[in-house]
Amino acid sequence: MKRYKHAASGILVPLVALALWQLLSSMGWVNATILPSPLRVLVKWWAYLRPLEAFDSAQGSYLKWCLSGELIQDALGSLYRVLVGFFIGGGLALPLGLAMGYSRVMYGLFNPLVQVLRPIPPIAYIPLSILWFGLGNPPAVFLISIGAFFPVLMNTVAGVQNVDSIYLRVGRNLGASRLTQFTHIILPAATPYIFTGARIGMGTAFIVVIVSEMIAVNNGLGYRILEAREYLWSDKIIAGMFTIGLLGLGIDTLMSGLSTHLLKWHRGLEQS
Amino acid sequence: MSGAKHISIQGVHKVFQSGGQEVYALKAIDLEVARGEFVCLLGPSGCGKSTLLNAVAGFSLPSSGTITVEGVPITEPGPDRGMVFQEYALFPWMTVEQNIAFGLQIKQVAKAVIQAKVDELLVLLNLQDFRRRYPKDLSGGMRQRVAIARVLAIDSPIMLMDEPFGALDALTRRNLQDELLRLWTELKKTILFVTHSIEEALYLADRTVVMTYRPGTIKRDLSIDLPRPRDVASPAFNALKKELSQLLMEEQHRHQQDEFKGAAVD
Ligand SMILES: Nc1ncnc2c1ncn2[C@@H]1O[C@H](COP(=O)(O)OP(=O)(O)OP(=O)(O)O)[C@@H](O)[C@H]1O
Ligand SMILES: [Mg+2]
Repeated sequence: MKRYKHAASGILVPLVALALWQLLSSMGWVNATILPSPLRVLVKWWAYLRPLEAFDSAQGSYLKWCLSGELIQDALGSLYRVLVGFFIGGGLALPLGLAMGYSRVMYGLFNPLVQVLRPIPPIAYIPLSILWFGLGNPPAVFLISIGAFFPVLMNTVAGVQNVDSIYLRVGRNLGASRLTQFTHIILPAATPYIFTGARIGMGTAFIVVIVSEMIAVNNGLGYRILEAREYLWSDKIIAGMFTIGLLGLGIDTLMSGLSTHLLKWHRGLEQS
Repeated sequence: MSGAKHISIQGVHKVFQSGGQEVYALKAIDLEVARGEFVCLLGPSGCGKSTLLNAVAGFSLPSSGTITVEGVPITEPGPDRGMVFQEYALFPWMTVEQNIAFGLQIKQVAKAVIQAKVDELLVLLNLQDFRRRYPKDLSGGMRQRVAIARVLAIDSPIMLMDEPFGALDALTRRNLQDELLRLWTELKKTILFVTHSIEEALYLADRTVVMTYRPGTIKRDLSIDLPRPRDVASPAFNALKKELSQLLMEEQHRHQQDEFKGAAVD
């Protein structure tokens, strides 16, 4: 009961905002090119989502037809780049972060460079990425991996460095080798941090993908809203933006669901 | 009970640097523990009991002096000196079962043997119903029992126990005390056991060592020659209890005066 009340009050503000927006448009107070009505956005969204041609079994399966809409193709293109970039960036950051957190020598060697590179926003790499990789997916994936790399790295380092020394003492008391200490104590103890880093990294990857699509490729959600601007299709721009928002929300929910599932043992999780 | 020397602590000092100040935690500690002996360390909070246990465990070596086990100086921690930590320190990412099994897994004992040992310990410590729970879902007393089971699993000749029964209710506490005594006689372990409770020390120990507060020194080394199982209501038990209370009260008093002086200076 309480939960429904909660959900109901959560819908209230968006509904009011939507009504206000619709009112502004219907009354003709704003130019429809600048701000189209929510209804028009919804209609455009549907047109953007649905397959362009009628179903024809000669062209392929029904599922393929369902996914042939422009919006779905764009979303899949963006998702693909996010995932590839995230796994490359995160995949490089994880081992380096573990090494830097575990070994003072590694930390001393790499930390100065990391601290210098970290404040450079991934977007600043755009010119170089095009110079190095040309156009298409490679520069986009490169930018996204940089975006995912640093959050995963910093959190992994912090996670390993913050392992409570009492656990290491227990490990040594029970006779654990250094390898066992690492695999059975340090690594699991650091996972809550690593997951936080992955979640932030995924968020950054998602921001960067939109930007990178605006310059390097000719599909994807970022490309599409920029293209729509050329034609002054503000309804399509807004439809695209909402799609980006929903996709981001979906990915984040999935990530947090995964971490809750894998970190059943973790104390702080029941509340969040 | 007087076998060969098992643990030998000679002239041990331990000084901590804390915020530019020196804290004299242990001063000139001499203590010999025979093989198979059950020794309790008793003293006010902050007198250095955990510090002494940590030194024997090999976590923080003494500032000066030597500690030997079977004549060999201690240089690092090892599974021959299993420790029950005051903070329990269960691995939160392992279930009760996995926590208990961990020490045996390290020794690469066969899976079936581990399982049998874990089952036995779960029954012994009354934890059968919680074997798949994570530590966060356990009460303080249960956690303490898991910590004890984890050390019992590795079956070390020396057991270092830092207030292992502190968080238990009276009945569970008595049961575990009896259980520990049974294991101790059966497995002939050497036990160094820290407690705050005079009664616990008298119920368990062959010898009770009373420590002083800052610097931590040995105030009295008292043999408890009462037959087991000990009757806590017997006159002899109560006479000893009175004697120890007296000693501790003196220390407590000194400690309070000390703190009072410290507060006045600050
Ligand atoms: N790492 C440390 N750095 C500085 N001071 C320390 C450190 N560890 C212990 N001490 C100090 O040494 C003294 C002895 O501490 P210890 O933990 O051994 O006491 P204890 O007898 O176990 O007390 P309790 O019964 O409360 O557990 C205390 O005054 C404490 O403040
Ligand atoms: Mg202590």
